[in-house]
Amino acid sequence: MGRNLASRTGAIVAVLVIFIYGIFGIPYGGLKASLERRINLGLDLKGGTHLVLQVHVIEAVNSETDRDVQALNTALASTGATAAKLDPNNPEVITISGGSEAQQSAIHDIITGTEYAGYDVTSSGVSGYKMTMRPTEVAAIEERALDTSIDTIRQRVNTLGVSEPQIEKYGLGDNEILVQLPGVSDPGRVESIIQSTAKLEIHAVVASYGSMAEAQQANPSGIPPEDELLPGNNGEGGPDQYYLLKRLAIVSGTDFRDAQPSTDENGRPDITFDLTTEAGDRFYKYTDANKGTGQMAIVLDNQVREVAGIESAIRDQGRITGGFTEQQAEDLSLMLRTGSLPASISYLETRTVGPTLGAASIHEGVVASISGLLVVMICMLIYYKGAGVNANLALVLNLLILLGFMGFSGATLTLPGIAGVILTIGMGVDSNVLIFERVREELKLGKTAAAAVQDGFGHAWTTIFDTHVTTIVSAAILFLFGSGPVKGFAVTLTIGLMANIFTAVFVSRTIFDFLLTKKPRGAVELSI
Amino acid sequence: MELFRSANIDWLGKKWYFLGFSLIFSVAGLCSIFFWHGIPTGVDFKGGTDITVQFNSTPHEDAIRRALSQAQIKDATIERISDVGGEMVGNKVIISLPLSSAQDTAHDQGRSEVEQALSAGYHDSGFRVVAVDIVGPTAGKQLTHEAELATLYSLLGMLIYLWFRFELIYGVAAVVAVFHDTLITIGFFSLTNQEITLTVVAALLTLVGYSMNDTIVVFDRIRENLALNRRDKLPDLVNRSINQTLSRTVMSSGLTFLTVLCLFVFGGEVLRGFSFALVVGITIGTYSSIAVAAPMLVAYQEWRAKRAPVGKRVALPAARGVRR
Repeated sequence: MGRNLASRTGAIVAVLVIFIYGIFGIPYGGLKASLERRINLGLDLKGGTHLVLQVHVIEAVNSETDRDVQALNTALASTGATAAKLDPNNPEVITISGGSEAQQSAIHDIITGTEYAGYDVTSSGVSGYKMTMRPTEVAAIEERALDTSIDTIRQRVNTLGVSEPQIEKYGLGDNEILVQLPGVSDPGRVESIIQSTAKLEIHAVVASYGSMAEAQQANPSGIPPEDELLPGNNGEGGPDQYYLLKRLAIVSGTDFRDAQPSTDENGRPDITFDLTTEAGDRFYKYTDANKGTGQMAIVLDNQVREVAGIESAIRDQGRITGGFTEQQAEDLSLMLRTGSLPASISYLETRTVGPTLGAASIHEGVVASISGLLVVMICMLIYYKGAGVNANLALVLNLLILLGFMGFSGATLTLPGIAGVILTIGMGVDSNVLIFERVREELKLGKTAAAAVQDGFGHAWTTIFDTHVTTIVSAAILFLFGSGPVKGFAVTLTIGLMANIFTAVFVSRTIFDFLLTKKPRGAVELSI
Repeated sequence: MELFRSANIDWLGKKWYFLGFSLIFSVAGLCSIFFWHGIPTGVDFKGGTDITVQFNSTPHEDAIRRALSQAQIKDATIERISDVGGEMVGNKVIISLPLSSAQDTAHDQGRSEVEQALSAGYHDSGFRVVAVDIVGPTAGKQLTHEAELATLYSLLGMLIYLWFRFELIYGVAAVVAVFHDTLITIGFFSLTNQEITLTVVAALLTLVGYSMNDTIVVFDRIRENLALNRRDKLPDLVNRSINQTLSRTVMSSGLTFLTVLCLFVFGGEVLRGFSFALVVGITIGTYSSIAVAAPMLVAYQEWRAKRAPVGKRVALPAARGVRR
């Protein structure tokens, strides 16, 4: 008994030391500072912004098939067939039509070639084919678009100097991204920088109109499929302007190598950009062929920023002017540098907590915890006397393990998490109450103190096990389904209850056994 | 000190009172849900914009309302919140805008409009926006779905565990009791027109665990007594089991109740709904283990006895797997 007791006491002390280390680490700079280093606070406690974004990945599929349509039309030119996307709701479907009877096998060879292996080809009608992108291919493109978006957002946020941002996929819905920005309590600028697709393209201009009505008049049969109509950006109060552009861009997104804010000859902010070598060649060819006659439009996020005549052949440098403020020019060139997003983004959820509110929440949480703890401890002392000391020791150890585990695991403590700590105090003491009541019953039956403790613990164990499992099941489901702060609650409650099994059963039993060794064998008195 | 030294209360004899009590609260809650306040949901589920503004001195709601209407902001509700936390957190107002302010495309618009309206039209004191929650229609739907699934799975999880550890009828009785608790607690939210938020759902799920916990303590004792003496009449045996665990029930629930009360009083506005749900739920949960779950076991056995052929004894299954 003696040796057994000693080794159990040793185990308890070891656990105590390990978890106190978990809470404070090696303390330097005072206990409070060490505590703050170890315990990871949620955004609702330290202040910050929590964003949930959705990436419209279907747009990435759309631009992929756009590229394929362009390539197909070039390849099919000799056969007389054309490729087009007819249904805007199904961007993964390309329709091939035209071409003489004699060319059908050549057409079939082209569209079933290795370049288009991602498509299922079916023939439709007399002479025509339908190419449908395979679902696996669509999924792969969507996945890539989501990953690229995450990378791009991370780069943009990093450039802005937010410390320890967290950007990851989010499980609730499809194609969602969770962005956590600690310390950012005015997310306005960050939001617009993240959201801006910064899709920069240069298109050839077909025609321009003073209003939407004029554009419709000029194209009575609708906008031709190879063109698109985009609004111009003419500043506040400026006249409406619409441009009919070639749908396929001359250069776009990934063709831009660098962008810097600068000023034009009149000292107004503008942006200069560089193209990659390959895109530069393409651009040179186009501008050389159309110099003096053609017009180009610089399109940013589907809005025409600027239209310029092509005066001479340009290779790899250009500039965008268009009434920017200095801040806008700086933000825009940042976005162009970090790459454009493959698809547009919308916000689903924004939650912001300012630092003062966070500090107040911590304060309130601590006050509530300590008062709860004191109330419980006093009640236990009054009701169970000596055994109350025992339960209170177990309770304190329970809290130390809980906090220590938070420190070790890097789990996040949120405001509902603090509520979980408080609940642990209340529910944790339940195990001790169960045991003590049982011991009292056994004593009433006339058993000796040692036998009563033995049987009391034994009988209460089944109940304690069942009650803990059910509560942990509901906490685990909360953890799986919950988001943000609620998850923090599930974490503290689960850890607290697991620690409770150890403290209420093992620790409390050890203390009883220690007290019993001091009593003569067969004693019936126990302070309980 | 000891309460309830050898209590001998005929709980099952009062089952009609219990039934009446439970019915009154359930029906009142249901009436409020269907005909009065509905289930008042917060921005988390409904979608919309909640802006918490802290003013330097006591805010005047009429002046805020005037400032907002000058800026053409309609349908805003203004709620003054009172915190016991003192100056650091006092003088706060939550301005809520309906869902139309939080479309997925133009998300942040409502917030900046309110900020501008207050800067332009509210002159009584300086102010600071301390927290903003914007939930768009998509996210609102997802969060609702998530909360429903979580509640369903947690009830299912309990049922399966109890089935495995006891017998199906124990599981059913416990789940009915828990369902009763959740219904009454939600009914309380509806009656008092308090908003159900994500954290309140977390509290409700905790309640599921807690109420189950309480029921299991009683069931465990019933199971133990059944194994010891199978000859006793079931109502007597159940009564005895409840009385034997009464001291523990009152002590444990009382202590948990006290901690949750501390949370309600000192925990601040953000957790007010959460702690309210627990204050109500713990009371009801304790009551239901005695007044709903245990009588259900007896009722089930009496029903089986009636159906059984005359002369055949029918006993409640003592449950398998009693390990000790």
